[in-house]
Amino acid sequence: MNPDRRYIATALPVLGAGVLGIGFWRMLHGLRNGGFNPHAVHTPHVGRPIPAFTLPGLPDLGGGFSSQELHDQPRPVLVNFFASWCAPCVEEMPGLRAIARDLPLWGIAYKDGPEDASSFVRRDGSPYARVGADRTGRVAIEWGVTGVPESFLVAPKGRILWHSAAGLNPQIVDSDIRPHLSSLR
Amino acid sequence: MKRPLPGLILTVTRLSVMGLGVTILSTTILGMTTMDGRACAVDTPSEMLANAAQEHRAERLGGQLRCLVCQNESIEDSSAPLARDLRRLVREQIVSGQSDAQILRWMTDRYGAFIRLSPPLSATTALLWFMPVLAVSAGFLLAWRSLRPNLRPGFRPDTGSDAHPDARHGAIDLTEDERCRLAVMMQEEAGNNAKDRKRS
Repeated sequence: MNPDRRYIATALPVLGAGVLGIGFWRMLHGLRNGGFNPHAVHTPHVGRPIPAFTLPGLPDLGGGFSSQELHDQPRPVLVNFFASWCAPCVEEMPGLRAIARDLPLWGIAYKDGPEDASSFVRRDGSPYARVGADRTGRVAIEWGVTGVPESFLVAPKGRILWHSAAGLNPQIVDSDIRPHLSSLR
Repeated sequence: MKRPLPGLILTVTRLSVMGLGVTILSTTILGMTTMDGRACAVDTPSEMLANAAQEHRAERLGGQLRCLVCQNESIEDSSAPLARDLRRLVREQIVSGQSDAQILRWMTDRYGAFIRLSPPLSATTALLWFMPVLAVSAGFLLAWRSLRPNLRPGFRPDTGSDAHPDARHGAIDLTEDERCRLAVMMQEEAGNNAKDRKRS
């Protein structure tokens, strides 16, 4: 092997290892600042119509809702899957109350006892304009939900604009949801 | 040869290439064996279908579907509640006469291609599918190139009139100056050896 080839034979693996190293470093860095999430949902629903469903209500929280009612809304609606047994859901509640002041928020209780879900929602004042109960979790599967909390932004005529498996807060609304809302106008 | 690379670096490089090859090979073998591994049964016997052929189909299909809560387990292997729900849905659809393709389609409509443990071949997954073949052939190419007999540096097979007479027999072609320096070095070496023998 002539010397030039030797340098290439040495440089290539070193370069390869360097590229891999930078890739791993970026992944780890992204894990910390939220730029990379291996558990992120791989949702095929964005851009598609909402699935068909009819959900019963919760005690003292009205009569539930159906996909038709969501479809007929004149304004975009934020749909939030939650459960009283889910810690991140408890955590996002104060944020949800702030969000609900200027964006219609509808809740779906996922695999939760009606009494538990109802008292959880009403404990500090319900953020939800409408609440439906998905006791078996079957409707959540139609939406492609893998756990709680998960949220969807639904445009008038039932088109899904945005989906997230992270807990909601007003910052996420400003950074991720507002652009969608302004593009609708 | 201008500046020879330290042998250590070359050795390390060769070892790392070999190590990479072994890793890729073992991963491939491991992948083949685990892909063949039989899916575990469901949590409780009551979940199983009475019809053995249908239950076998359900287990085979479920083994291809990712549990989205534990991500590296199939829904047949996982005891997560969502996996249980999806197992039940697979069985419901089998009983209602859906084909395997229809059931997989139903799942990917809701959860995307990610739910399939072996993703379908497409433009975005082509690199993923062909990487083992690419890596192994790159390894073979590298091995072939580094193992084939080397020509010694300085060796000149051409026996033209300008070449030194010795070059015809494959000897190293040295200039007059180099021959001188070589002779001096060999003399010094012989002197050193003689001194060492006296000392001992």
